Amino acid sequence: MEWKGRDVISIRDFSKEDIEFLLKVAERLEAELNEKGSLDYAKGKILATLFFEPSTRTRLSFESAMHRLGGSVIGFSSASSTSVKKGESLADTIKTVEQYSDVIVIRHSMEGAARLAAEVAEIPVINAGDGSNQHPTQTLLDLYTIKRAFGKIDGLTIGLLGDLKYGRTVHSLAEALAFYNVELYLISPELLRMPKHIIEELQEKGVKVHETSDLEGAIPELDVLYVTRIQRERFPDEQEYLKVKGSYQVNCEVLKNAKETLKVMHPLPRVDEIHPEVDKSKHALYFRQVFSGVPVRMALLGLTLGVL
Amino acid sequence: MAELKVTAIKEGTVIDHIPAGKGLKVIEILRLNRPNGGALLLASNVNSKKLGRKDIVKVEGRFLSEEEVNKIALIAPTATVNIVRNYKVSEKFKVEIPDEITGILRCANPNCVSNHEYTVSKFYVVSREPLKVRCHYCERTMEEEDILRNL
Repeated sequence: MEWKGRDVISIRDFSKEDIEFLLKVAERLEAELNEKGSLDYAKGKILATLFFEPSTRTRLSFESAMHRLGGSVIGFSSASSTSVKKGESLADTIKTVEQYSDVIVIRHSMEGAARLAAEVAEIPVINAGDGSNQHPTQTLLDLYTIKRAFGKIDGLTIGLLGDLKYGRTVHSLAEALAFYNVELYLISPELLRMPKHIIEELQEKGVKVHETSDLEGAIPELDVLYVTRIQRERFPDEQEYLKVKGSYQVNCEVLKNAKETLKVMHPLPRVDEIHPEVDKSKHALYFRQVFSGVPVRMALLGLTLGVL
Repeated sequence: MAELKVTAIKEGTVIDHIPAGKGLKVIEILRLNRPNGGALLLASNVNSKKLGRKDIVKVEGRFLSEEEVNKIALIAPTATVNIVRNYKVSEKFKVEIPDEITGILRCANPNCVSNHEYTVSKFYVVSREPLKVRCHYCERTMEEEDILRNL
């Protein structure tokens, strides 16, 4: 698959070979970064970060990745400071911004916004999250983190915990994990179960799926526990949110029955779903996960720009 | 039952082999019930060797576009379309659900960008039986009930 000029919109657009190739490039870049501190593959290239919806972490991660590749960054971090406020269409914003940049990263509250942006733009567009649909770069960095921690993905038993209904990170991650020989535990309150069509897809692809609301029962089986925040902002109904708020908290007590090698991941930010006492334990992998965003996004930017 | 023969209208279209009970929906979706100068006939719950029971819709002076035929396929995938000219069936074909459905279906997801920005809607058929389609933009899957509501 040709990477130069490619859009990164949905994990569905990737094959297992694409993913494996990308993870290898990220690993190579991480080693080069460790050795040299910063690189100059993208010297003279400009990344536009269009964050119609705020997400400081993802934006900073992309910006850091571009700077570490030797490129520069322009952009905005909320729609309120843009012509969208004046009624400009998304398509027109994209057509304008592509005149100033070589690659676009977009975060938008509407599902499908990144796909539309990619159709309009002639330069590569990378989806940094579209509503509750996809967040493919998060998924790729999640896979990278797992692979770096275990040396493999095949054969692992992975628990996805929390908001499996609205959580796009777990939707994309589950779809990507279907490429591998893994067993999945989907752990959530009844109200926040993984959408039926995703479970059906996983099963069609041969993934062994267990649905449960019992975290403590599932924990001894797991190699990875991927925790997500119950996202108040995604709930159409506040009452529904209040029913499930604080359903789970991962703390040292809960982890007592876990395998020694269990790793806890979280796309962050967290609220109260992982107790800070876990941070110092051997299980915590979530800050390493944050770091993984940089080499993975460097690989994506460099490949789509055609400079790697 | 001579009135059911497809040649009973002079010029127009006969949509046959509609699953029983779906005839009214076909009329509604194609807006055949609006005055167009020709007769509109619906035969419902008619005996059928192929389907057991079926509906038939005849509409005089009206021929269907490809888009309309695709709409019928989504509601009544077993239907056959007969084009009648001068009391004779000049063309007959089965409707077929295309792999991609463009421009005729609205996404049921209120937060889908296709419901807010200028786009031509596009869906991929995930399964024909039961009918399931996936939105090109938001990737949400729609099943038959949602499809019928959003045609």
